[in-house]
Amino acid sequence: MIHLLQTGLNSADSGSFLPVAVQFIIATGLVAFLMFVTHMLGPKRKTTDKLQNFSSGIETHGDARQPMAIKYFLTAILFVLFDVEVIFFYPYAVNFKVLGWNGFWAVMLFVGFFLCGFIYILKKGALKWEE
Amino acid sequence: MWSFSGISNSIHEWLSQTFNPTLTIIIEMVIAGVAVIGLFAGLGLVLVIMERKVSAWMQIRLGPNRVGPKGMFQSLADTLKLLVKEGLTPTGADKLLFNLAPFIAMIVAMLLMAPIAFAKDFQLWDLNIGVLYVSAISSMMVISILMAGWASNNKYSLMGAMRSGAQIVSYELSAGLSVLSIVVLTGSLRVSDIIQSQADGWWIFKGHIPAVIAFVTFIIAVTAETNRAPFDLAEAESELTAGFHTEYSGMKFALFFLAEYVNVFIVCAIGATLFLGGWMPFHIGHWAGFNHVMDYIPSSLWFFGKTFFLIFVIMWFRWTFPRLRIDQLLNLEWKYLLPISMVNLLLVTAMAILKWHF
Repeated sequence: MIHLLQTGLNSADSGSFLPVAVQFIIATGLVAFLMFVTHMLGPKRKTTDKLQNFSSGIETHGDARQPMAIKYFLTAILFVLFDVEVIFFYPYAVNFKVLGWNGFWAVMLFVGFFLCGFIYILKKGALKWEE
Repeated sequence: MWSFSGISNSIHEWLSQTFNPTLTIIIEMVIAGVAVIGLFAGLGLVLVIMERKVSAWMQIRLGPNRVGPKGMFQSLADTLKLLVKEGLTPTGADKLLFNLAPFIAMIVAMLLMAPIAFAKDFQLWDLNIGVLYVSAISSMMVISILMAGWASNNKYSLMGAMRSGAQIVSYELSAGLSVLSIVVLTGSLRVSDIIQSQADGWWIFKGHIPAVIAFVTFIIAVTAETNRAPFDLAEAESELTAGFHTEYSGMKFALFFLAEYVNVFIVCAIGATLFLGGWMPFHIGHWAGFNHVMDYIPSSLWFFGKTFFLIFVIMWFRWTFPRLRIDQLLNLEWKYLLPISMVNLLLVTAMAILKWHF
């Protein structure tokens, strides 16, 4: 359909990010509209009991924002490191036909470093979640 | 013959004859917006009823059968009911973040619709980095979940959000690597090029065993990324009530629910595009006669058929595998799927350089 948009917008320049801006505005508008409608239609009978945090019927004990297990944060940091390596593959994946075997060995070297890092975190016990 | 691209072309021609170019673009944007919102609402309703019917079928029971013929209007009735419910914000919650989280969930789901090709020459936005765009935007999904969990100030929500965060970011690695193996075979990140390259057979057949491995890895990873069973630890009912959206009610809850189902559709559509040829009919090499017969089936039917088949497979998983524990889940990704998909990507690259694929 909005290849319509593209033909209108000089399709040679597909770097034009106008469609994504339009989508963003539409999405925001839709959610805002729905929130407004439900705010207007729904009842507004608020009591202190109702506004308490839900904890399956028992009294809420303290603030929920307490220290969490460090393992979750460690996973997130490992993700950042490994995801950067995955992103490095994108330019290679598009251009490997030009690069041929030379490029392949270079990437093998890169994967070798990747695996060294992987084995290191494995030996360090960063991936031991059971304990 | 009737087709989506024919309709969009005739609308475009009619508009450009009637109005000046600027007005044409504005009207087309409005049409596009209405179409996307309509698709969104339609998908939400269809997928919820499909989920319930498939579950009922797997468990040999009837499922919803009161509202409308065979219960087909059940999800519509549920949506209307949710619209007139009270939306609460707990006193302990961070008001701004609590209300912002559904916005982000929906915006991410809607932005992901842009590069998907629904039928031949029928695509919202065919940008040259389509696949990269999808993986970049889909990783923002986790922000809305973490935001919702943290802002609720509820222990169930926070634990659900933490689990979900660890899970989504982990599985994104192997999802990205298996997507890359198709990019290697195609040599382009543009969605229309990827579909065009499958004109003489889909990659899952042309790419031998490495493509099959990549496909299986991709399906496992996206099941985890969309928080579906057996990886639904974020909302494990028996332990965490409803996980990150425990405190959400009314329409805010419905928006999370809708975004979740639309995300399932999007990842299945991307899987269908990369591995099963998108709208490309089933073609075998140079069998011109056979290919010509297959071309008579409209391309939109091919796309939606493949996508809904993958959605069915993901729903099937839910009733086949028991839920994993968080450490089993992370072990599966980091110790098995990540090395496997990494080696598989190298295999695909070597295969493509040697031109072993068809």
